[in-house]
Amino acid sequence: MESKHVHEQIAAMRQSFFNEEVLNENFSQLEQLEGKDNPNFVEEVFTMYLRDSIAFLETIEEAMKTIPIDSIKMDSILHQLKGSSASVGANKVLKEVNKTRQVLGKGNLERTKASILELRKEYDSFKAKLEPYFQLKQANSVAQEK
Amino acid sequence: MNSSSGKSYMSTASSSVIWKAGGDVVADQFPAGLRVLVVDDDPTCLMILEKMLKACQYNVTKCNRAETALSMLRENRNGFDIIISDVHMPDMDGFKLLEHIGLEMDLPVIMMSADDGKNVVMKGVTHGACDYLIKPVRIEALKNIWQHVVRKRKNEWKDFEQSGSVEEGDRQPKQSEDADYSSSANEGNWKSSKRRKDDEDENDERDDTSTLKKPRVVWSVELHQQFVAAVNQLGIEKAVPKKILELMNVPGLTRENVASHLQKYRLYLRRLSGVSQHPSNLNNSFMNPQDATFGPLDLQALAATGQLPAQSLATLQAAGLGRSTAKSGIPMPLVDQRNIFSFENPKLRFGEAQQHVNNNKQMNLLHGIPTTMEPKQLAGLHHTAQSMGNMNMPVLSHGSQSSQNNPLLMQMAQPQARGQMLNDSTVGLAPRLLSPMGQPMLSNGMATNVSTRNGVPENIRAPSYNPVSQTSSMLNFPMNHISELPGNSFPLVSTPGISSLAPKVAFQEDVNSEIKGSVGFMPSYDIFNDLNQHKPQNWELQNVGMMFNTSQHSNSLRGNLDHTQSVLVQQGFSTGQNRNSTVISKAMFSAGDSTGHVNAQNGNQHLNSLFVDNTVRVKSERVADAAPANLYPDHFGQEDLMSALLKQQDVIAPAENNDFDFDGYSIDNIPV
Repeated sequence: MESKHVHEQIAAMRQSFFNEEVLNENFSQLEQLEGKDNPNFVEEVFTMYLRDSIAFLETIEEAMKTIPIDSIKMDSILHQLKGSSASVGANKVLKEVNKTRQVLGKGNLERTKASILELRKEYDSFKAKLEPYFQLKQANSVAQEK
Repeated sequence: MNSSSGKSYMSTASSSVIWKAGGDVVADQFPAGLRVLVVDDDPTCLMILEKMLKACQYNVTKCNRAETALSMLRENRNGFDIIISDVHMPDMDGFKLLEHIGLEMDLPVIMMSADDGKNVVMKGVTHGACDYLIKPVRIEALKNIWQHVVRKRKNEWKDFEQSGSVEEGDRQPKQSEDADYSSSANEGNWKSSKRRKDDEDENDERDDTSTLKKPRVVWSVELHQQFVAAVNQLGIEKAVPKKILELMNVPGLTRENVASHLQKYRLYLRRLSGVSQHPSNLNNSFMNPQDATFGPLDLQALAATGQLPAQSLATLQAAGLGRSTAKSGIPMPLVDQRNIFSFENPKLRFGEAQQHVNNNKQMNLLHGIPTTMEPKQLAGLHHTAQSMGNMNMPVLSHGSQSSQNNPLLMQMAQPQARGQMLNDSTVGLAPRLLSPMGQPMLSNGMATNVSTRNGVPENIRAPSYNPVSQTSSMLNFPMNHISELPGNSFPLVSTPGISSLAPKVAFQEDVNSEIKGSVGFMPSYDIFNDLNQHKPQNWELQNVGMMFNTSQHSNSLRGNLDHTQSVLVQQGFSTGQNRNSTVISKAMFSAGDSTGHVNAQNGNQHLNSLFVDNTVRVKSERVADAAPANLYPDHFGQEDLMSALLKQQDVIAPAENNDFDFDGYSIDNIPV
């Protein structure tokens, strides 16, 4: 059936995330929290996460433009980003965040800039992967309801 | 929330009621229905946490701002059982919130952060957090948070029991009240648990619900104002829980409640004064908990002796304070003001002792305090002890003056100790100095500390007082060392340490060299190091009674420090009962950062145990979870001094302080 096909597709997508380490076990934890009474919990969380983290990233990118950079503020934002990324299981993003924090701590401006670019790339990639996944899931559940 | 609980302080009742009302949650279903307040500015994390907590069947309230959370708690003190808070929040630092909660509501707080750095975790400990979770938080970690609620209640019960039988009477009515609105199951548990608590602590554990049902006094603004009014009326020196209780005349309020609140209040005041360098109040003058490192004894004694110029004292304090704050900022639990005073007395002695020491005069600081100090020390000690003993007694009475003395003492202790001590550096001398100072101080300090801790004086006797001989430790801790000189080094250590703790920071550098001669300010590492790891540890232990065995070397110093800190804190650090802990912790931090805290924590725990056994008997005021300055059981080793001190300290009600969660009041938070 089509729904079954989609279902398999969704499962495959999901598995690929784990294989590529885009997601880690914390994501599974979130999935476990999902239930009948809140079937879209994970998606809601991710929507929130994506929204907040893009704001963080933009703030960071802006902060990089000022001279001298306000590294304390930046580190604080990165810290927040770290917490939320870890909580949703955004593995690669989390790694980039940590890397950026490290580099920032060392005071190397150029490397920090480069690292932030990497972070942004990772984030965009993450978003690009997860959004279709959730859309598919949503569509599938709607379809299944019918 | 708990409309049923009429009594504000019957949080347990209300919680049990709530559980019941909440959804037919019977006691058996515990921990289901646990009312959790989660605070985090990150909406994603907040959402996830809420979901997880709900999955654990807890009753969750989420909040994204600390201020909101605080006002929620204030409006409904009995509305929550436990709080989970993030560390980094934009409107208020998580630790600050932690302090507020601990001070005002005394609820268990779990800190949470993506940061897993040791320092941050330590900070949580010292600020009184009952646990620390690293993000990403797993649901498994949340499943067990109820243990903190139970533990707290259990400890509160213990305090109750320890504090006295008077409360039993109070409790009975409470129990009956609970019976009214709590379900039979809960009520039965509660009552029975209460009664059992009185009889046996173990029973409480059996009924987890019962342990939770401990009535909790909620210090509302009005209640606190009444309290403050009573305290002011009595005068901070004379403010004993009993009298405060009488003045307040609040039905259902127990002496223990007042005592523990008083401790907190003192800590708070101390911190206030520490910040502002307020010499006038004992409460305040006792160095900020953080600075508590100053052996209050020392300073006071020194101040008393007049040898320590106020300015120097201030400097010392400042130095110590500065250091301490820098260190770990562990807010030392408010040492009973009394204790501080006691310390002052000893300090006076110490100052004198120091003076004498230089002159090779042995002050009998420790009166009749039998210390196992080394012969030299002993000799000196005895003399001093005797003189001190005598002195101590009177010194104790100085309490009132202590505030002023303290600063002086501190300074005196330091400068004097240093100069004189150093020169002498001889062990013998040191011991003497210490002994006279230490002992009396110790006793005083101990007493004071004791209040917090339990008769630290005992420690003074600490046999291992080697460091004392080392001179440095001894001197520094006029209080602690002195008594401990004999070997326990505790007395000396404790005092010096304590006092030195605060100043330590500053002094450490100086003290090291001076340690020999220096006053026991450097309880922390320096002394120890100098002392050759010997006694400082000992005295620390001694004070603490437990942990530090004479064998501790510099390395152990750290550990000792931790312990000592707590010990010191208790003993010598009268500066603020909490100070001691902070002092120690500070010392620890200074010394070994991490090692310190761990030790401190362990130390605290150990100390508690040790106290019981050791002379150090420092009364452990509630040992904050944070560790340093754990309260030690009230064991007063020193009979004479201790009893004298204890009397003064009666207010302190060490027993209750065991649960000192937070180190001190946030300065701005104390509603007065």
